[in-house]
Amino acid sequence: MAGEVNAAKLALHCSVARQNANTSSFTLDVSLEVSPGITILFGVSGAGKSTLLDCIAGLLRPDRGRITIGADTLFDSETLVNLPPQRRQMAYVFQSLALFPHMTVEENVAYGLADLAKSQRSTRISAILQAFRVEPLRARRPAEISGGEQQRVALARSLVTLPRVLLLDEPLTGLDAQLKSSIIDDLRVWNAAQQIPVLYVTHTRDEVDALGERVVVLDRGRVVSDGLPHEVLDVPRRNTLAQSSGFENVLDATVLDLREADGVMRVRLGESASEIEVPLSYAAPNDRVKIAIRAGDILLATQKPIGLSARNILEGKIIALEQRGSIVVARVEAGVLFTVHITPGAARSLELAAGKQVWLVLKTHSCHLVSE
Amino acid sequence: MEALALSIRLALCVSAILLVIGLPLAYWLAYSRWRGKFLVESVVALPLVLPPTVLGFYALVAMGTRGPLGKLWQTAFGHGLAFTFTGLVFASVLYSLPFAVQPLVASFESVDRKLLDASAVLGANTLRTFRRVILPMSVPGVITALVLSFAHTVGEFGVVLMVGGNIAGSTRTVSIDIYDHVQSLEYAQANHMALVLLAFSFIVLSIVYGVNRHIGRRVWSPWPAK
Repeated sequence: MAGEVNAAKLALHCSVARQNANTSSFTLDVSLEVSPGITILFGVSGAGKSTLLDCIAGLLRPDRGRITIGADTLFDSETLVNLPPQRRQMAYVFQSLALFPHMTVEENVAYGLADLAKSQRSTRISAILQAFRVEPLRARRPAEISGGEQQRVALARSLVTLPRVLLLDEPLTGLDAQLKSSIIDDLRVWNAAQQIPVLYVTHTRDEVDALGERVVVLDRGRVVSDGLPHEVLDVPRRNTLAQSSGFENVLDATVLDLREADGVMRVRLGESASEIEVPLSYAAPNDRVKIAIRAGDILLATQKPIGLSARNILEGKIIALEQRGSIVVARVEAGVLFTVHITPGAARSLELAAGKQVWLVLKTHSCHLVSE
Repeated sequence: MEALALSIRLALCVSAILLVIGLPLAYWLAYSRWRGKFLVESVVALPLVLPPTVLGFYALVAMGTRGPLGKLWQTAFGHGLAFTFTGLVFASVLYSLPFAVQPLVASFESVDRKLLDASAVLGANTLRTFRRVILPMSVPGVITALVLSFAHTVGEFGVVLMVGGNIAGSTRTVSIDIYDHVQSLEYAQANHMALVLLAFSFIVLSIVYGVNRHIGRRVWSPWPAK
């Protein structure tokens, strides 16, 4: 066991580049250090998360780079080191789980312990089955247990080998939130004792919140953000742009300045003097962007509003009013032309009419950055 | 009945040898990424399209006293290979090779690659992955391969005639026996033997299709899918 103790608490270093063979849509180019503890790899599907895990596990060969655990080199394109997956002492739980369908739960879990003496093997198996609460299922086959149980068995099968690194590729997809967090709790308890680097791939926000650890955001093969969830995700630099369809207002704007601490940036609308605050995005000052706002998301006031949480208040004048069924469409000139939807009742009580002075109120997060 | 016993003995030997050769060959055909693989696939499939007489002719030439195989055999064992039971086994292995290899390749290829990845990550080498994952999941393919190579060997005629000749107890198999009876106008005996062979073939194919149906997918059949 001495070797296992030494092997623990080692960080995974990985710096790899790989051209995607089938689709040249992006090149994976990632440099990452994963310390003991849980690190979340977050990104939309197709961002390169699974490709990165496959490279680390040795299932895919990077074009160049270096992968090490502590002082042990697993892959190095310079010195031509490339350990096969079976010699990397890693655990990898696939999204499909890949439990062996012809084996029982116990046989599945025992699979990675071929080198162990029989007595030691059964102690380890019993301990891990208990830790992940699947002890009573040991004689069942994967097809005979539920999805959540299968996920627990897959975790147990991987972790029973005392790996040096744990790779999890969306292992909890399809489970309800309660089941998810109970499995995550068991994983956390296990890792509190083992202290190995865990790389947890997900594209769902609730798993990030449940884990609450360091998040690395991957987009089109590159690390675009790295930090604690509230630093990285609560001030999202929204890279995935909304579609402009479905927005009545799509406005040209110029970025003025970025306020990263607040998660916002200021933009000037069109050629006007009107400035508004929008969510922070991948942009630099003077970049031209498009801002989309739904007509129903804009508030209309006949007096200058005070004491509001909304950050964007623009003064303007009604150009035209038109009733369409149960909504009234107002065209408002406020530096640029806005379309605003209001109810007929609101239009009556505010005595709206063409030429009337109004103030538009826009919440920051009602302003969406869109692609062309 | 001597002929039937001989045919069955030959088929058992050939099926056993084909399993030993077929497993590694099929593994290689299923998983190799070598660009020239299609050439090997073509060679393995050749007996499907060649007239048995062509195959038998070349086998006979190779096994003759001046052929490379025959010479080697003569030096090692002191007797020739042509017109012997052993020679028949050699030729039959070649002739039935695709019937063993193709179902094996098909079932190896149908094993989910993620299972192989999982096995490798869990520390298993290629041999262990083959023994513990691929082979147990390919049992229907192995049964199909065994049954088809057995049945195909029992039913062969042209190759046996070319390589084995017609020596009672040594190379006179059922199909040759039937041919002999017909030549001597002994239709009753010919019919007797033919019926036995017909029933046997039907039973064998029923087993293959029964296994495929039981597994719920077509492992291999003589007919192309769809």
